[in-house]
Amino acid sequence: MLNALLSTASESGGSGTEHSPLIPEVYDLVWSAVCFIVILFFFWKLVLPRVKKLLDDRSAAIEGNIAKADEAQRKAEAALEQYTAQLADARAEAGRIRETAREDGKKIVADARDTATAEAARVTATAHAQIEAERQSALVSLRAEVGTLAISLASGVLGESLTDDKKATAVVDRFLAELETSDSPSARPRVGSGSTK
Amino acid sequence: MVPMVANDGEFHGPAIGEFFPEPLWFVGTPFEINRIMLVRFIAVAALLLLFWLGTRRMKVVPGRFQSLIEMGLDLVRVNIAYDLLGKKDGTRFLPVITTAFFMVLFMNITGIIPGLNIAGSSVIGVPLVLAVVAYVCFIYAGVKKSPKNFFRNALFPPGVPSGLYMIVTPIEFFATFVIRPVTLTLRLMMNMIVGHLMLVLFFSATQFFLFQLDGPLKLFGAGTLAFGFVFTLFEILVAVLQAYVFALLTAVYIQLAVAEEH
Repeated sequence: MLNALLSTASESGGSGTEHSPLIPEVYDLVWSAVCFIVILFFFWKLVLPRVKKLLDDRSAAIEGNIAKADEAQRKAEAALEQYTAQLADARAEAGRIRETAREDGKKIVADARDTATAEAARVTATAHAQIEAERQSALVSLRAEVGTLAISLASGVLGESLTDDKKATAVVDRFLAELETSDSPSARPRVGSGSTK
Repeated sequence: MVPMVANDGEFHGPAIGEFFPEPLWFVGTPFEINRIMLVRFIAVAALLLLFWLGTRRMKVVPGRFQSLIEMGLDLVRVNIAYDLLGKKDGTRFLPVITTAFFMVLFMNITGIIPGLNIAGSSVIGVPLVLAVVAYVCFIYAGVKKSPKNFFRNALFPPGVPSGLYMIVTPIEFFATFVIRPVTLTLRLMMNMIVGHLMLVLFFSATQFFLFQLDGPLKLFGAGTLAFGFVFTLFEILVAVLQAYVFALLTAVYIQLAVAEEH
């Protein structure tokens, strides 16, 4: 059908010479080839490299933005980590300070108790010493008093003056020695029983 | 387009001679220039100008015009070259496929541009040159990849009983090495020739009805004019479609040639 169309078209063609559209003219091929080569080199050497460069730039830009975002995210995470670490440090520090204070407090209380105990002990010891000293002095003075008293009593009773000091002292000492031995609980009944016989 | 209707009251249909207009310059030399060659030059100039402007200062964030240019180039690069050939071979043959697409498109579209009114690809030269380029490309691609594989796949398709190769091999040879370039050429050329003849027919008939006939018959002119208008729109579709088909088939042939097995 196409052939029929073409042949009728050819027959009614007006430009005189018979042309078959299927047979190429030399000039037709030449100019077609020229057009082709011009366009091929134009795309090959100019347009496509430009487009390639553009696409590379575009992907580089996109990758650059992604990298920037990653960087920002990493920075934010690092900052967060740092803050968290600082917070934990601060908490630990506070805990340590509290612990130290508690320890210090305990130590202070213990020290105070020790000091108080020692002071009390010292006061007690001083008191004891003082009492002992007073007892001793009382004992000494008592001994002298008792001696004098006894001598004078005995002088009175015996009617004889025990003025001879040497003798008097000896008598008193003997008496007191007897008194001390009779003071001891084992000696007392024997002395008692002995004196009653 | 010169009106085909002489003022002699008779209707003259479109003729094949329109594709062989009077030569203008270099008459009789291999560089003879006629009206259709001029139309081709205009198409090439328009193409160069458009893409030169469109890619002159390309920005990472494109403007409207650059987006349009990029869309066109992307259609060929992504939808034809990369999809069929993969990234590596697609990049290798991208200049040829891009050239085929845009050369066919720009030469087809002149068929409906007022003042040009004929497709640059409606004379056999352009389709034939591009078909030969596609032919050379796919044979080159196949032979470069592996001559043994290429000719075995092309002539002795695997999975055929060996006795049948007597029949299959001549058919395959004919189909691959003769039919492919011939169909590429003829499909494009015939589409453009017929499109042009149809448009001439409609518009010259309109001219005839409106100015040569009297009375109610003039109304036919309105009908043929409407048909001519619709057919002009259809020719835009055909121009784009044929360019796409030509580039696609070029890529398909290269893909079949470099395929390991098919």
